[in-house]
Amino acid sequence: MQGGDADRSPARSYLYYRHSLPVRLMHWTNVVALTILLMSGLQIFNAHPNLYWSGKSSYTGAPPVLAIGARQSPESGVIGTTRIFGHEFNTTGVLGVSRSPDGELSARAFPWWMTIPDNPWLAMARAWHLFFAWVLLINGLVYVAYSGASRHLSRDLAPDRNDWRSIGRSIRDHLRFRHPTGDAAKRYNVLQKLTYLIVIFILLPLIILMGLAMSPWMNSVFPGWVDLFGGRQAARTIHFVAAWLLVAFVAIHVFEVIVSGLWNHLRSMVTGRYRVQTGGTP
Amino acid sequence: MNPTRDDRRRFLARALGSAGSLFLASCDRLSQTEWFPKVLGAGESASRAVAHAVTSRRSMAQEFSEADRSPMFRSNGTAEPDSDAYRQLAQNAFADYRLVVDGLVDAPASLSLAELRALQSRTQITRHDCVEGWSAIAKWKGVRLAALLESVRPKPGARFVVFYCADPMADDGTDLYYESIDLEDAFHPQTILAYEMNDAALPIANGAPIRLRVERQLGYKHAKYIMRMELVESFARIGGGKGGYWEDQGYQWFAGI
Repeated sequence: MQGGDADRSPARSYLYYRHSLPVRLMHWTNVVALTILLMSGLQIFNAHPNLYWSGKSSYTGAPPVLAIGARQSPESGVIGTTRIFGHEFNTTGVLGVSRSPDGELSARAFPWWMTIPDNPWLAMARAWHLFFAWVLLINGLVYVAYSGASRHLSRDLAPDRNDWRSIGRSIRDHLRFRHPTGDAAKRYNVLQKLTYLIVIFILLPLIILMGLAMSPWMNSVFPGWVDLFGGRQAARTIHFVAAWLLVAFVAIHVFEVIVSGLWNHLRSMVTGRYRVQTGGTP
Repeated sequence: MNPTRDDRRRFLARALGSAGSLFLASCDRLSQTEWFPKVLGAGESASRAVAHAVTSRRSMAQEFSEADRSPMFRSNGTAEPDSDAYRQLAQNAFADYRLVVDGLVDAPASLSLAELRALQSRTQITRHDCVEGWSAIAKWKGVRLAALLESVRPKPGARFVVFYCADPMADDGTDLYYESIDLEDAFHPQTILAYEMNDAALPIANGAPIRLRVERQLGYKHAKYIMRMELVESFARIGGGKGGYWEDQGYQWFAGI
């Protein structure tokens, strides 16, 4: 694309210092912590692979909204099943029944390659989960303090008036995989800013709060506060859904990184330096 | 488009795949070491310290209404202790049952069910939160552990109450279940030795004749089939040294989260 233009006005580029060292360190800490929290969380979920919505306990007479299990099927032996709002799906191979590392079919909700530890081991999964929950929380608190103090939040993340006006165009650009070049590439676009703000200030605090809602000790801070979220079992369901919303965020985030310049973005999140192209493109 | 890009893509996919398996294998290797679970244990210490910092000693677990009770209260772990001594007690409706209280106390005691029922009681409708993730709500009536402890007069050095249970966890009848709590939890107003569940004598499936209710902690702390209570300064030399049957298998002693 740019080769032809270079003949007319030579394409120039320079490295721009985009991400400060604290932000880079905290970004990669999050990558590790969230990966481990997700995988150990799925191992914990496997100990009781049902989610409930209504009522103050699991056993209210109402069926779970999500249930992953295994049962004998007359035609095909043991099958893995996933029931969502009463609709049953055959998910053999992935959910309910999957192959162990040794190749044997075994009954477990999420397969071994999605969980830490790989084999059913609730105590160890809790040890991983409750350690990295602290890593995530402390990292998040330090990030918010640093972003406030260094003005990263107000300068780079808070949408300004231009951002709000360009929302429609930003949506169209994203759908066409068009990405800003030149000086515009130094800044986050408005959808990016809003997504980061939602993840940082809504999704992550919510998932931590719902984790605490499952703690009988934290329930006693102010008896009944969990009922604001529908009770402990609803909180567990919200925790699970929020985890998958974070997975969806990461999937889109990584996709955008790939289509808008994988190596450039990776370099900038490792060394801080982002290559900005000038001149070559209109 | 061109071979270099395809090669690069294949290389990337393969690199990601190997990084993933390496990561999984490393996590698994770390779980099997002696030292790494101890590092992870810092999470438990932090949780315990912060949980105590943000709550008062007497912070109360939520209590519920009669209507909130679960139609079925699930029995988990042992449903019927596989021991002749226990079966004999049960046959007789626990008329010969005695709860032994000893260790660091001035007045060791051995109490019948009638004597336990004569002590100050408390009735509460609370939610039982299993470490597996489920919850169930039931009404419990039992002797306040604080009242029982006051009657045996703990010595100044006592720090923990250890509960010895009738249910063997190993197939050969050994490895009896046990648990421990600290004195803060032992003297908490909602900590009771329950002898009734949902207005009837505690069923065998749920821990007859008495089980512990320690409402700010997860289900495995709520020892069933309690035969003896010992007040100790440390549980390091009891069982596997971690303060309980499940703790010895790697579960957290502080089960408040």
